[in-house]
Parts: sequence; structure tokens; C-alpha cells
Amino acid sequence: MTDTSKAYSAAAEVGQIRERRSRWKIMKIELKKAPYSAWFGLIVIACYCFVAIFAPLLAPHGEAEIFKIPFAPWGGEHVFGTDQIGRDIFSRLIYGARNTMGIALATTLTSFAIGGGLGLAAAITGGWTDQLLSRCVDVLMAIPGLIFALMLLTIFGSSILSLIMIIAVLDSTRVFRLTRSVAISVVVMEYVEAAKLRGEKLPWIMRREILPNIMPPLVAEFGLRFSFVFLTIAALSFLGLGIQPPTADWGSMVRDNASMIQFAKYDLTAAMTPMIPAGAIALLTVAVNFVVDWFLHKTSGLNDEH
Amino acid sequence: MHPILGTIIQRLLLGLITLFFVSLIIFSAVEFLPGDFTQAILGQAATEETVAAFRLELGLDKPAYIRYFDWVGSLLQGDLGTSFSGRNSSGADRSRDVVDLIAPRLWNTLFLAGMAAIIAVPLALALGITAALYRNSVYDRTVNALTLTTISFPEFFLAYVLILFFASLWPVFPSLANVNADTSLAERIYKCVLPALTLTLVIVAHMMRMTRAALINLLASPYIEMSQLKGLSKAKVILRHALPNAWAPIATVIAFNLAYLVVGVVVVEVVFVYPGIGQLMVDAVTTRDIPVVQACALIFATTYIVLNLIADIIGIITNPRLLHPR
Repeated sequence: MTDTSKAYSAAAEVGQIRERRSRWKIMKIELKKAPYSAWFGLIVIACYCFVAIFAPLLAPHGEAEIFKIPFAPWGGEHVFGTDQIGRDIFSRLIYGARNTMGIALATTLTSFAIGGGLGLAAAITGGWTDQLLSRCVDVLMAIPGLIFALMLLTIFGSSILSLIMIIAVLDSTRVFRLTRSVAISVVVMEYVEAAKLRGEKLPWIMRREILPNIMPPLVAEFGLRFSFVFLTIAALSFLGLGIQPPTADWGSMVRDNASMIQFAKYDLTAAMTPMIPAGAIALLTVAVNFVVDWFLHKTSGLNDEH
Repeated sequence: MHPILGTIIQRLLLGLITLFFVSLIIFSAVEFLPGDFTQAILGQAATEETVAAFRLELGLDKPAYIRYFDWVGSLLQGDLGTSFSGRNSSGADRSRDVVDLIAPRLWNTLFLAGMAAIIAVPLALALGITAALYRNSVYDRTVNALTLTTISFPEFFLAYVLILFFASLWPVFPSLANVNADTSLAERIYKCVLPALTLTLVIVAHMMRMTRAALINLLASPYIEMSQLKGLSKAKVILRHALPNAWAPIATVIAFNLAYLVVGVVVVEVVFVYPGIGQLMVDAVTTRDIPVVQACALIFATTYIVLNLIADIIGIITNPRLLHPR
């Protein structure tokens, strides 16, 4: 009796090895091997997300609450002082994380929905649809993005919805190109042919046959596009054409408090006030770039060491 | 005909076609304006006659395609139309020609961009080549890490960091670049140091990284290994054997980044209150002054297209395989 349970069984051992690692376990193993820069990036991104999600709980004051003293110094009731009309900088920084990141995320998702969808459709259908879409994208990409965005903002005015749509459409051109070029090598595979012959519709082929096979470059691109969109929105807000007051946003906070830099000699903390939101933008983009770098190395085995 | 000439002509035609479509897009900006925009410009108190006269001046009674050809025709004669601002409801017209607004500012912008390019291009090439030469050394790693960080920074962050250190804490350079037509060349250069430095930092990073990547890519090819096995020095391998083949990608990178200057200049001009075309465009967008926005967009887009075209052509003519077809 006891013999059989303890006896060596090849099938049992193979079975044990065959037990598939769950996604969670694979992620844990990969994270252990990740370089410090990637860890740094991941931690920074996690912190930003935490702040963005729990903004109302973390912020000591309201987003647009106005206090009596404008340009209050650091310390005391206002950790980072107040801005030119007496709003608490610290609270606005926290809400800014939510607004700026939320809008950038919405824009990137929209741009991937448009660019990715059209790119896949162009790769699968081919022929004149592909030609037409590709040439349209060529023309759109011939105009520098920021300039095009400025022109469209003149026409449609700068509301949050038009901001998201304009930047998403302009940015989707790059997503389109990438999706199309990676999908086109997958489209010729036998299993896609089989699905077509089986009579599957276009959405099925896009979602079930091709998308899973082109995921890694798209995920990396998502990170890059996000940081690019984030910078564009910050630049537009900085120019006073993006997110409009009283909504807190890092780009416009830099612009509003920029004059304080002049006083650096007398009060360094005051000069740092506009630097904090600018630094917050820079830190997030650096973090995203670090993570994307690591992810690209992982998925493509890409390295330039010879 | 030399086959290379054919390719170049083809590229030029392609560029012209792109330019045509871009002008079409920019022109159609007016079409998307809400119907009552004439009222918005002239004010609520505008009389029917004033509005009608204004609409007639814009040619809104004619079909769109005729207006497009009118617009292109006057563009080619150097007439960019008149600005929307400076008009009022009584019909008095103090608006200025867009050309007069743009011409002095365009020169300022070109000056700033040129200054940045003169510093940035040699610096980026030197950094890129040395980084490829001593790759994986401490030097290479430091330069790489530094450039990766400056790439990720928004332009205005770099600009304010420079202002903080060089204009506020240690005031050696002015933080405002308020030049005008009477400013002497030396003073102009002095005032443009910080804006030009900001632009340089932004584009050097890209150019250096891509120069390095292009060179390292080549270093993997067999003929380089051959020259190494011959016993040539590292510097000779890179300068004599790798670099001539890397010119095409490097030229592309340089042109691409000069084109990027076109966009970067907008933010930098606003930070330093530099009277350039970028700032003019931002102001025009705020006041929804369509003719000025259109003219600026057209100038920016044309520069961008032309620079990319030049990069393409340099890429073609420096490729020895195309120069000596079999």
C-alpha cells in the first residue's frame, strides 16, 4: 500500500513540470530579474497612480479653493505655499496628477482604438483600403503634431473633449503605421488564412487571430505614446491652450508660477514652486521610458552590444 | 538618365503632392469654423452691412474650390491675407497684413533655430562618434544616461532649470530674450544663449543616440571585422570604414531633428518671450485669428516637409550602391 504512493512515477514528475506557471508567477520571476532602472520606473508609476486615484483623500484642500494670501511662502498651512490667486499648490499638484494623467490615458486609449483598429483593418483587407489609409496617414504625418494640434484647437476651441479627440487622432497615425507593419507579417500566416476560409468576420480575425500575436510591440508603443501624449498635453497646457482653469494641471501650474523663479536668490523655495510640477512631468516620462526600455529588451531580445 | 536622378525627381514630386494636400488641409480650416464666426470677430454690435462686407472680403460668397485657388494664387505672390484682429463692429478696419506680422518674426525664429543647430549638430556628432568608439565604457554609459533623461524632459522644464541656474542664482545670461530689429548681432547672440541652449539640449540627445546606434549597427558587419583583424586602430576603423557608410542614416537624423526644432521652438519662444513666429502662432490661436494661424502652420509644415525631403535625397545620393548601379 505505502509502496505505491512513494514509488517513483515518471508520469507524476512530468505532470508536475507540465503544470503551467500562472501569469502572476511569470511576472514575479521576470520582476526579480528586472534591472534597477525598471524597478525605479515601476515604483514611480505606481506612486503616481496611487496619488491620482486617491487624490480627494490625500489633498488637504480643494482643487480650486481660494485662500486669502496669494503667493504664500512654503510651510505652515500650505506645504508648498499658494499660487497667484491663493490656491494651495500642494493640493493642486495632487489633483493635477489625476487630471493630467487621466486625460493623457484617455487620449492614448482613444488613439490606440483608432490607429490600432484601422491599422489592423488595413493589414487584413489590403488592396485599395490599405493604400487609401496609408496615404492619408502620410499626409497627416507631414505636418508637425504640435502645429497641427494648435491649428485644430483654433477651430474647435480648447475644451477637454476636443483636446482628447484632436491629440488622439493626430497620434493615431503613428499607432496605425506600427500596427499595420507588424500585423502585415502575421496576416499571411496559415491560421489567419484558415480563419478566413472558415468564414470568420473581420472583427474576429482582428481580435482573436492577429492581436494576441502582435501584443508585445503594441504594449511597448503604448508606453511610449503615453509619455509623448503626456508631454504634448503638458506643452499645450503650458502654452495656455490645453486644460483650462480652474482645473488643476501641471503644465498650466508651471506657467502660472514661472515668474517666481526670479526670486531664487532671496527665497529658493519660492523659485522651486514652478519647478515641482515641471519636475513631476519630467519624472513620470523618465519612469515610463525606463520601463518601456526594459520591456523592449525583454520582448525583442534587442541589444546593441556586439 | 542616371537612375539616381529618376529616384530624386520621384521624391521631389512626392514632396510636392504632400505639400498640395497639406495646403488643402490648412485651407479647409476656415471651412470648419462655425457659421457665425464673422459676428464673433466683429463683435455683437456689428451691423448687417458690416458683416456682409466682411464676408464679401473673405470671399465667402464664392464656392470653396475657387477660394482655394485664390488663396494659393495670392500665397505664391507672397500675399498671406489680412489678420482678423483689429476689426470692429463699426466697419473700421485697422487689421494688418499677415506678411508684415510674420516677416520680422520669421527672421528671428530662423536666427534662433540656426544658432541652436550650429551648436547642436557638431556636438551631437562628436558625442555620438566618441560614444560608439568607447562603447560600454563609463563615458558611453554616462552620456547615454544623460541623453535618455534629457529626451524625457519637457522643453519648458529644461528651459526653467537653465533660467534658475544661469539667470537667477548666477545671473550671467538674461532670462528674457526680447530682441528687436535694432538689436546688434553681438547682443542678439548674448540674449539668445539660453533659448538656443535649451533647444540644443533637446535635439542633441536624439541626434547623439541615433548617430551612435547607426555606427554600432555598422560595426557588426563583416567588412569591419575584417579591418579589425587587419590590425587597424579603433579610431581608423570608425572614421575610415564605418563613418562613410553611416552618413545616410546620420543625415536623416540631423534633418529630422532640425525639423523637430521647428516644433520645439514654439514652447521655447514662449518661455523666453522671444518675438518669433512660434509665439505669434500661440497668440493667434488664443484669439482665434485664423489667417495668421494658417500662415504660421503653412510655414512650419513646409519647413518640415522640405527638411525631410532633403534628408531623403541625401540618403539616396550618399548610398554608394545607388551611385554605381550594376
